[in-house]
Amino acid sequence: MKADPKGVLTGSHYLDGDHACCEGALAAGCRFVSGYPITPSTEVVERFSSRVPVVGGVFIQMEDELASSIALQGAVWAGKKAMTVTSGPGFSLMMEHIGLAAMTECPCVFVNVQRGGPSTGLPTQPAQADMMQARWGSHGDYEIIAMSPSSPQECFDFMIDAFNIAEKYRVPVMFMMDECVGHMIERVTIPEADDIEVTERNYTSLPPGEYLPFKPVENMVPEMCKVGDGHRIHVTGLTHDERGYPAMNHMAQEEQVGRIVRKIREQADDIVRYEEFEVDDAEVVVLSYGITHRVAVEAVQKARAGGLKVGMLRLIVVWPFPEKRIAQLAEQGKALVVAELNYGQVFFEVDRCARGKAPVVLAGHGGGTVHETDFIVSKIEEAARVGK
Amino acid sequence: MSVNEELKAAVQAQDVQPGADGHPMEDFLRMDRIPHIWCPTCGIGVVVNCFARALEKLGLDLDDVAVVSGIGCTGRVAGYVKIDSFHTTHGRAIPFATGLKLAKPKQKVVVISGDGDLVSIGGNHFVHAARRNVDITVICVNNFNYAMTGGQVAATSPTNSILTTSPYGNFETPFNLPFLAESVGATYVARWTALHIHRQTEAMIEALNKPGFTFVEILAPCPTIFERRNKFGDGLERLNYYYEHSEIKHGEPTANVDIGLRSKITVGKFVDKDRPTWLDAMNSHLKRKLGDRFTPYEG
Repeated sequence: MKADPKGVLTGSHYLDGDHACCEGALAAGCRFVSGYPITPSTEVVERFSSRVPVVGGVFIQMEDELASSIALQGAVWAGKKAMTVTSGPGFSLMMEHIGLAAMTECPCVFVNVQRGGPSTGLPTQPAQADMMQARWGSHGDYEIIAMSPSSPQECFDFMIDAFNIAEKYRVPVMFMMDECVGHMIERVTIPEADDIEVTERNYTSLPPGEYLPFKPVENMVPEMCKVGDGHRIHVTGLTHDERGYPAMNHMAQEEQVGRIVRKIREQADDIVRYEEFEVDDAEVVVLSYGITHRVAVEAVQKARAGGLKVGMLRLIVVWPFPEKRIAQLAEQGKALVVAELNYGQVFFEVDRCARGKAPVVLAGHGGGTVHETDFIVSKIEEAARVGK
Repeated sequence: MSVNEELKAAVQAQDVQPGADGHPMEDFLRMDRIPHIWCPTCGIGVVVNCFARALEKLGLDLDDVAVVSGIGCTGRVAGYVKIDSFHTTHGRAIPFATGLKLAKPKQKVVVISGDGDLVSIGGNHFVHAARRNVDITVICVNNFNYAMTGGQVAATSPTNSILTTSPYGNFETPFNLPFLAESVGATYVARWTALHIHRQTEAMIEALNKPGFTFVEILAPCPTIFERRNKFGDGLERLNYYYEHSEIKHGEPTANVDIGLRSKITVGKFVDKDRPTWLDAMNSHLKRKLGDRFTPYEG
């Protein structure tokens, strides 16, 4: 279906990533945001609070992130597309409800404009150190989808994708920005509403009494309904059966929790998304995402100019992870450099997928600023040496 | 009249006639989930019964109602009512209900949960939803302890209560819930006990009819833990205690309605006032500020 023109600010704009993220959400059909202020994400909700009265919808500033991360789920079950927005400390507080959204298969988007941590860390400066938390931060076994934009334009474009895949897989999507991307100002082109594809919620056509809110129908994903439709559903964070009724036994755990894990893992090939540059002849491949991708581009160009055969793989969807592609690259004997604004998170995943077939070198950085280009170049050189 | 006779009369007055047509509550309950998990003579079932009665008397289409619960014994209410119902996380029923209500204002949204859930771990949400005057009804079943986890001391346990984490007696001061609710802006505040089935049903009806954040506290026996450990006997004996110690004082200043371990229990309707709801305030404010650019939000 095409985007609702009311939410689409067609034209060419000069926006920072936070504002572009908000416009992406509006274009995707998001009409409910519950937020709590936190640097460097606040501009997203500031813009939403200013735009939504005219577009039609609700912004509510909740009392904390525990509240904001569950209010949006109430709104989803009432039929809205919804998101919440935060940064590291708030993301920590939201973990319980990311688990609830995964368990109840509530399609929604959590935006995290990452800053340095742990704890209060570096509120106004970038990091990419919440990547593992995005994947595993809530207790128990589950799978989510995480995306990482590198520019304001991508904040707009990928937000639409984030809302769409949330609906397709009935899963919470983590939109993992960082302070640099959030605050950098660039041209953002917003297309006509007719040129924006929006995935509608897959509401059941079954009559009340026949619809089962947790029975998979297509792609291991159950259909949705909303309150007031007459289905009189029950939704619980407890392990449940197809009806949504609590079921305290290992069979239900395997059937339902197993399925919410499998629906992502077994369909990862359809969800995984990355870009490659000059990988074919490369002896070293630099893997990065988010703001670090843009630094890595320069590092790769510099290393190429210096005579090294370097390529690059840039993650757009970070979770699920392109395991097969990494394994292939390692099989081909290409050394891998992982550049990220943390002391090694995606790095360990790359190392795992390489299975010892190729050297994997971390170009880590604690955050607070972006990498020096030459530091990544030095890691490319190191990988090239180790690779031989 | 003895308490037993009174109860019998009350049941008869409700005209509950189980018969060939099935259980009288089967339109309201998920009968495929019965038997429930609550202990014999626990007060929560009474509250569910009265809630059903209130909805029936209001003549509401059950499709237009949603129930949200948190975690705990009372948190299980959402799982038994045959209504769109959500069993959320511990303490967060109110913010979930807030999102639900604001996204679909025509839905009647009722939070039914326990004291530990609503005013201890969920205390921050309770005070802010009341401050905002979100149009939801909160029914708090107060059994003075964390019952589901085995009877730990709670923010509502009267001073000197013996509980599993206050083995020498509670030395803290408990919340006075009507006082709390009024002070943060609730438009309707009432307290009844599980014994007062007609009055609590009426209170629920009034609360559901009243726009804004409305609050009904129901004191309920916890025979397995609170009553046993504090030597109140079983649930029936505790109802007898309510019968002998309750004082109906409508309009009593809420500051006066503290509950001691063996004190009198003040019950009644304490607050009934008008205040714009969050959505009314948003719509009128934005209309004033934005004029024709703003179309009042209706969901």
